[in-house]
Amino acid sequence: MTSLPAQTEQTGKKLGLVIDLDICVGCHACAVNCKEWNTGGHMAPLTDTNPYGEAQDGVWFNRIHAFEVVADDGGPSMTTYFPKSCLHCEDAACVTVCPTGASYKRAEDGIVLVDESKCIGCKLCSWACPYGAREFDADAGVMKKCTLCIDRIYNENLEEADRVPACVSTCPVGARHFGDLGDPGSDVSQLVAERGGYDLMPEMGYKPTNKYLPPRPRRESSAAPAAAAPAPSTEHPLLRWADRFLSR
Amino acid sequence: MHPAFSVIFFTVSSGTGYGLLAVLGIGVATGWVPRDPWLGATGIVVALAAVTAGLLSSTFHLGHPERAWRAFSQWRSSWLSREGVLAVLAYGPAVALLGCWFFEAGGRPAILVLGLATAVAAAVTVYATAMIYRSLQTIPEWATGWTVVNYLVLGLAGGAVWTNAVAHAFGAAHAALTAVAAVSLAVAWLAKVTYWRHIDSAPPAATAESATGLGTFGTVRKFEGPHTEANYLLKEMGYQVARKHAAKLRRHAQALAFAVPLVLSLLAMLGGAVGVLAAFGAAASVVAGLLIERWLFFAEAKHVVTLYYGRTA
Repeated sequence: MTSLPAQTEQTGKKLGLVIDLDICVGCHACAVNCKEWNTGGHMAPLTDTNPYGEAQDGVWFNRIHAFEVVADDGGPSMTTYFPKSCLHCEDAACVTVCPTGASYKRAEDGIVLVDESKCIGCKLCSWACPYGAREFDADAGVMKKCTLCIDRIYNENLEEADRVPACVSTCPVGARHFGDLGDPGSDVSQLVAERGGYDLMPEMGYKPTNKYLPPRPRRESSAAPAAAAPAPSTEHPLLRWADRFLSR
Repeated sequence: MHPAFSVIFFTVSSGTGYGLLAVLGIGVATGWVPRDPWLGATGIVVALAAVTAGLLSSTFHLGHPERAWRAFSQWRSSWLSREGVLAVLAYGPAVALLGCWFFEAGGRPAILVLGLATAVAAAVTVYATAMIYRSLQTIPEWATGWTVVNYLVLGLAGGAVWTNAVAHAFGAAHAALTAVAAVSLAVAWLAKVTYWRHIDSAPPAATAESATGLGTFGTVRKFEGPHTEANYLLKEMGYQVARKHAAKLRRHAQALAFAVPLVLSLLAMLGGAVGVLAAFGAAASVVAGLLIERWLFFAEAKHVVTLYYGRTA
C-alpha cells in the first residue's frame, strides 16, 4: 500500500541519521562501506555496469558531495563535504506516487523501502524525490534505495554495537549518528536540538527524518592569515618571487 | 528531465486519441457531428488505436513491463495508478458508443448519454495523465496548473483537427467542425505560450543554499562532484540538450502544432480532393508539432536534484 501509514498505525518511532557537516572530512568511507554491505544485503546487488572500463555506472545509496560556500562578507570561503542518502521523509512523495505498492513506508519505524518483487521500474518515485536518493538498477529493472541497513539494525547475529547502518559504523571521525528522531529524549534528537540540526529543502514539504548539523562558526584566530602584513609592492616578477621566497 | 521517446509518444498519441474521442462524443451527442455510421466507426476505431498504441508504448520504458498490471492497484494515492485505471475504464463508454453509432441502436438518448460519457471519460483520463506531472513538486516546470490546462487543451485541439480530417474523408465536413478545430487550436496555442511564459518567469522551487542548508554561511557552489562519471540521476534528471535549442524548437512546435494546422483546416473548407488533403495535412502536422512540444516539456524541465550537482537555482 503506497498510502503513507495512518497516524493510528504509527508508533512515533522515526529512525534516521544525523550528519555532522562540521566533522565530515569527505573520505567517502561511508559510501564505500554502504556499497560493500548493501551489495550483499536487503536490496542486493548494487549493480555496476562496465565497472573497469570507460563510463562506469552503478547503483550507490550514499553519495558524498563537496561544496564551497563563498562568504557574502568577503571573508574566507569554506569547503564542506556533504554526504547524502535517503532521508526517510515523513511525507514521502516517492511512496505515494508509486502505482504498484512497491514503494512503502514502514509504520513501525518510518523506514522507506522498495519491494523489488512489485517494482515495475517506472522510475516515477525517483522523479518525486528531491534528494536523488533513489537510483535505478538498469540490470535488475527495478528501483533501489537506502534501507537504513534494515538488515543490520535489527540483526541479532551482530554484536549490539554493530547494529547501526554500515555508513555510521564505518565513519572514522564520528560524523554520522543513528537513532530515533521521533523520541525527543534520544541522543540524536538532543544532538539536533543542541547543534541546530536542520532539514534539507524544507520548502518541498517532505519533512525529512534525517537531519544535518551545520558547520560550527569559525574561531576568531582562523581569520588571522587575512590580517598578515601586505606584501611590499615590487613590480619586477623576479623581485616578487624573491620577496615571497625570503618571506617564508 | 530525460525525454524518453516511449513516454513522449504515449502522451501525444493517447492525448490526441482521447481528444478525438471527446470531440466525436460531444459532437455526436449534440448533433454537429453527423451520425454517419462509417464516420463514427472510423473515428472511434482510429481514436482507440491511438490510445492503445500510446498505452502500450508507455509500458516499453518500464524495467518490468510484465508486472504493469500491478499499476492498477494504488489508485488511492498515485496519479499514475489512477491514470491506468481510468484509461481502462474509458474503453467502456467508447466501445458502447461505437456500437450504438455504427448499428444505429438505442436511438437518440443512448447516443446522447454515451457520447457525453465518452467525452467525460476521455477528459478525466487526460487530466490524470497531466496530474502525474503536476503533482511533482521537485520539477517546478511541471508543478503548475498550466500543465493540466495544456494537456487538456492540446489533446482537445489534436482531437478536433483529427475529427475534421475524418469528416472530410467521409464527405461530411461542414463549417462548425472547422470552427471547432480552429478555435481549439487558437486556445491551445495561447495556453502553450502562457505555459512557456510561466515557466520562464517562475521563481526557482529551491536553491543550492536551501538544498544544502548552508545559505546562512554564504553563497553555495559545487566544489567537486561525488563521482567522476555520470550516474542514473544525471542521465535521468540532468538532461541538457534541448535547453540549448529551446527557442528554436518552441518556434518549430508552434508552427507545426498550431499555425500550419490552423491554416490547413481553414483551407480544407475549399472542399473536394484539396479539402481532404489539407485536412489530413493538418492532422499530420498537429501530431508532429505536439511531438516536438512534448519533447520540450520533458527536456526543459529541471529537477531540483541537479542543485546538488552544480546548478545554483
